[in-house]
Amino acid sequence: MKYVCLGYIEPGKFENMSETERNAMLDECFTYDDVLRENGYFTAGEALQSAGTAATLRWKHGKVSVTDGPYAETKEQLGGILVLEARDLNHAIQLISKHPGVKAGPWEIRPAADLTGMVRESEQRRAKAKRQTS
Amino acid sequence: MGPRFDLMKVALACLGSPVSEGRTQEILQLLDSIYRAESGRILATLIHLLGDFELAEDAMQDAFIAAAEQWQRDGVPQNPRAYLVSMGRFKAIDSLRRRARFDPFDERTAKQLEAQSGSIGVPEEACIEDERLRLIFTCCHPALAPEGRVALTLREVCGLATEEIARAFLISPATLAQRIVRAKARIRELRIPYEVPSPSELPLRLNTVLQVIYLVFNEGYYASCGVSVTRTDLAVEAIRLGKVLKHLMPEPEVAGLLGLMLLQNSRHTARTSSGGDLILLEDQDRSLWNRDEIVEGLSLVEQALTSRRFGPYTLQAAIAALHSEAPNAAATDWAQIAALYRVLARAAPSPIVDLNRAVAIAMHQGPEAGLLLIDALLARGELADYHLAHAARADLCRRLGKTAEALASYDKALTLTRQEPERRFLQNRMRELKN
Repeated sequence: MKYVCLGYIEPGKFENMSETERNAMLDECFTYDDVLRENGYFTAGEALQSAGTAATLRWKHGKVSVTDGPYAETKEQLGGILVLEARDLNHAIQLISKHPGVKAGPWEIRPAADLTGMVRESEQRRAKAKRQTS
Repeated sequence: MGPRFDLMKVALACLGSPVSEGRTQEILQLLDSIYRAESGRILATLIHLLGDFELAEDAMQDAFIAAAEQWQRDGVPQNPRAYLVSMGRFKAIDSLRRRARFDPFDERTAKQLEAQSGSIGVPEEACIEDERLRLIFTCCHPALAPEGRVALTLREVCGLATEEIARAFLISPATLAQRIVRAKARIRELRIPYEVPSPSELPLRLNTVLQVIYLVFNEGYYASCGVSVTRTDLAVEAIRLGKVLKHLMPEPEVAGLLGLMLLQNSRHTARTSSGGDLILLEDQDRSLWNRDEIVEGLSLVEQALTSRRFGPYTLQAAIAALHSEAPNAAATDWAQIAALYRVLARAAPSPIVDLNRAVAIAMHQGPEAGLLLIDALLARGELADYHLAHAARADLCRRLGKTAEALASYDKALTLTRQEPERRFLQNRMRELKN
């Protein structure tokens, strides 16, 4: 089963580490990512640039409005995303618990939703609409 | 029950192998059936060898994947189970080595495991059975929170996924996950030994295990909340667990509990109408009762009673047996049932046992006698919030023609029940009385 894992970190925490600390943290994290890959648990992952580089879009007064910065105004900000393939929730928790990134900040684990049914129904509706207009 | 064996993942591992697709399918099917039959035992053995739940789980998955690749090339080994245990151990050491950068403890553990290779070898048949027993006793350890014991047993012994267990108990997966995390942490903190208890501790410890199994069964058989009366999967799981335990530990009370669960489960089909409504024992179509389960249940009860070393579960089973043996409700031996409840009240005193005894006495001696007892019980206060006590009282009042009192008690029961079919049943009764 797929689990989307969101790693949060306080802005500046990473940048304010000493070079030695930072390198140690990176080495640990990358090594663990490799372990996840080797075992077939790693489906996808991205590190994110700092929250300051984010742009947030909203639909306001009939058009798109863009603001500087992230959506959530929280102390910790999203730092990276991992998509894991795990046997069940406890397995996903176990895998993330061992991730060195857990020491840097909270991680949210969310099971991926299976939209296969919805997608299929939508395709049927769209195909029908297409037939009706042609 | 859904195995946690990811056939897809194994199949992917076999992609690009030079072996024919037909052969791959053969091996995958074989592995699937081995998983269904043996995974419990293999996991228990690995937990013992490796001393760690999670390491063992990963190791087992890795072993099956390795088997899928290797057996296609080299053929199926003489002793598949031994192969899988061996391979699991090997993969675990390998994995610890790779993780050792994070935790020097892992490196040390890897060394220790390797050193053991000469002395332990692969456990024989009898030892593997012991493994499962050790696992069951560990998961049901009294030092763990009760709900933790249930969650851990269902996941580690029965192989259910977190989400499946959560769904069965109608709680969120995260809540259930936390129970398992806490239970495992507690085992580590308290260094709970992974072993079968000594003879002196055994009676108490066995009782804890039986409690867990019966709790699971009850949750499945008589769902405490939600839209259906029974949640079959849990009841079946509990019976399966009971059978495993009986095989490993042929104690009279284990036989008694298994008998009780089989006899109660035999009525499963007859307990609900097609519309999902509750059907009382006295109104059930007994031709729908499962004869095989009844025969098996009765035999177990007899076995347990003859030993003369039985306890509360066997007594409850004996009561269930009397119901199962009655060809129709009118033929039920209520005198015997009432007598058995009296014995049960001495063996395992509880207000609920007293309530059931009052109901049996009402059936045997008439509603007035029963009502006296129930009123006394309610006056004592312990059953004040127990919906079945009020429902029972309402029923007796109804039979005595005390309509107003019946309605009041049905109403009280309604405020206390959390189960939809029960609610409908009580509302129907009230409607009938008012007309």
